[in-house]
Amino acid sequence: MGVQGSSLKRYAITRLALVIPMLFILLTLVFVLMRVAPGNPVSASLGGHVPPAVIKQISHQLGYDKPLYTQYGHYMWDVVRGNFGTTISDRRSVGSIILVNGAATLELTFFAVIVALVVGLVVGLLAGRYRDSPIDAGGRLFGIVVYATPVFFLGLLAQLVFGVWLNWLPTSDQASPITQALLKTHTNIFFVDAIIDGNWGALWDVTKHLILPATTLGLVYGGVFIRLIRINVIRTLKEDYIEAARARGINERSVVYRHAFKNALVPVVTVIGLQLALLLGGAILTETTFNWPGLGHELYIYLQNRDYAAVQGIVVLFGLVVVLASIVIDFVNAFIDPRVRY
Amino acid sequence: MATAAATTRLHRRTIGLRRAFAPIAEARGFARGMLWTGAGLTLFFVALAIFAPLISPYGFDQYQSGGHRFAQLAHPSHSHLFGTTVQSTDVLSRIVWGAQTELEVVALALVFGLLVGVPLGLFSGYFGGAFDRGAVLFMDAMFAFPPLLLAIVIAFLLGSSVNSGVLVAAIAITVTYVPQYFRVVRNHVISVREEPYVEAARALGAKPTTILRRYVFFNVVQNVPVIATLNAADAVLTLTALGFLGYGVQPTQGAEWGYDVSRAVSDAASGIWWTGLFPGLAIVLLVTGLTLLGEGLNETINPVLRKRAFRRVDFAASPSQALASETLEP
Repeated sequence: MGVQGSSLKRYAITRLALVIPMLFILLTLVFVLMRVAPGNPVSASLGGHVPPAVIKQISHQLGYDKPLYTQYGHYMWDVVRGNFGTTISDRRSVGSIILVNGAATLELTFFAVIVALVVGLVVGLLAGRYRDSPIDAGGRLFGIVVYATPVFFLGLLAQLVFGVWLNWLPTSDQASPITQALLKTHTNIFFVDAIIDGNWGALWDVTKHLILPATTLGLVYGGVFIRLIRINVIRTLKEDYIEAARARGINERSVVYRHAFKNALVPVVTVIGLQLALLLGGAILTETTFNWPGLGHELYIYLQNRDYAAVQGIVVLFGLVVVLASIVIDFVNAFIDPRVRY
Repeated sequence: MATAAATTRLHRRTIGLRRAFAPIAEARGFARGMLWTGAGLTLFFVALAIFAPLISPYGFDQYQSGGHRFAQLAHPSHSHLFGTTVQSTDVLSRIVWGAQTELEVVALALVFGLLVGVPLGLFSGYFGGAFDRGAVLFMDAMFAFPPLLLAIVIAFLLGSSVNSGVLVAAIAITVTYVPQYFRVVRNHVISVREEPYVEAARALGAKPTTILRRYVFFNVVQNVPVIATLNAADAVLTLTALGFLGYGVQPTQGAEWGYDVSRAVSDAASGIWWTGLFPGLAIVLLVTGLTLLGEGLNETINPVLRKRAFRRVDFAASPSQALASETLEP
């Protein structure tokens, strides 16, 4: 136990040490990308009709008149202290955007992952278990078509069918205006806020608004799980210990369910982490399609306003989230599977 | 004499070709179905793109014909098979011309991606050292961004300075795929580098460039068609996503399916389905085609997944045997 504990600790330290240069590159990359663009970011985001004196003043306030290396130094130091800057067009702090709109993205992606897991597990396990049967062919085809469907197109179809023709569910926003006005803010996550308040009417309203976007994103994201779980089940069923279990005379059902499936599911944790980037990319499109006030939707609006500071802040945040999630996933894996540690 | 030599050379080459394509001919079952359906769908869109001027009833931005303007948002009918949009353009024509845009961008992005990613991966993997470590770290940092996000930012930054939307989109997509090519090629090179035949070549005094070109490259490059096809599918999705958000190919420059779907979102609220459904289906079909082709190739070329027509020498319990044993069990 002592040996195991120390190897886990050593692994954690090595892994964390490797993250620092990576974060450094990531931050620098974003800075360079956003600053090599010609022109003054302030005049770009405020438009052409602002007097030069005002632009000069705002540039000075926000530090855009300093030499690039000074700006770079300030930017890095600010990020280290958790300050992601201020938007130019509407002077919001990026931190508050993360709190408010990030909560909406979190709500959407959380439920999307649940949908994806349910779809991926059911279809993937069945397809892998009954390899080369019609179930497998159907499951794989479903996986491929779902993967091939752009999330915004699936969203459009969902809006047409369930919003317009059947008129069952709302097709845009996170909640109806009344709910938004009445709901007290605790966490900014509407779903959680409604539960904290015990406001069941609001909860129902929020849920109704969630169903279409979360299912749309979840289905597309689930395509990845179908593929991976299927392959894992097939691989696991070929392993020696499955053979051994069969040889011991354990009946097939328990071989499959108790030995094969459980082990086939271990990599799923990793996959959730690896595909987080895909999920966030999908969230940008889903939020734009459903007018969902999350980070992706904000990013879209700030891009249209050519607000470099806001874009930079949100892009950095997305990168950070993915990197941090990958560390967490690695630790979880190292904890579960000792072979991972080196 | 010379002709005989040429014949044997030709013969040798056809044998080589036959061996290279043997897995495709031997493919059976689902893999075969995927391969041929995928190839069929992909070829359909390639034909659509090449013969767009002949097939398409109208231009991609044509809103009138013979002096009279087309109806706005007209239902699918005989004169406009897929209906018209709010700008009176013909939906079918936009889809046909759109095939050209999609394939142009994807082809460019693939060429750029391979040109940058493969040599970088070869070099980095073979020589290792500080360059390799730096490159890996840099690519890993790129990997941390959602690919779509990176593509959006690149397209946003290039949009004002590069005029061709096709080029902007292609570069944006390339940037997101270079890390993938790099990773796959580099990791493969590292495993190939220590193979006895590479060592033998090195012992014979071959120059590093010769070793890379003659021994390593062809071993590593075998993986590329599968990755490239699957990436092409992904590239179409990225391109249409860019179009949906208003980046990349601009509406004045060409028809783009993602852009069409974005315009259709507001139509959908009033129950108009044809402006979004048809371009959306075109995306789904093209991406499905490319994915099936890639997966089919993977299963026929990759010996681990491959299943052949004759003799299945799989003594380990194959799933079909497992099924059989289960049915025998009481």
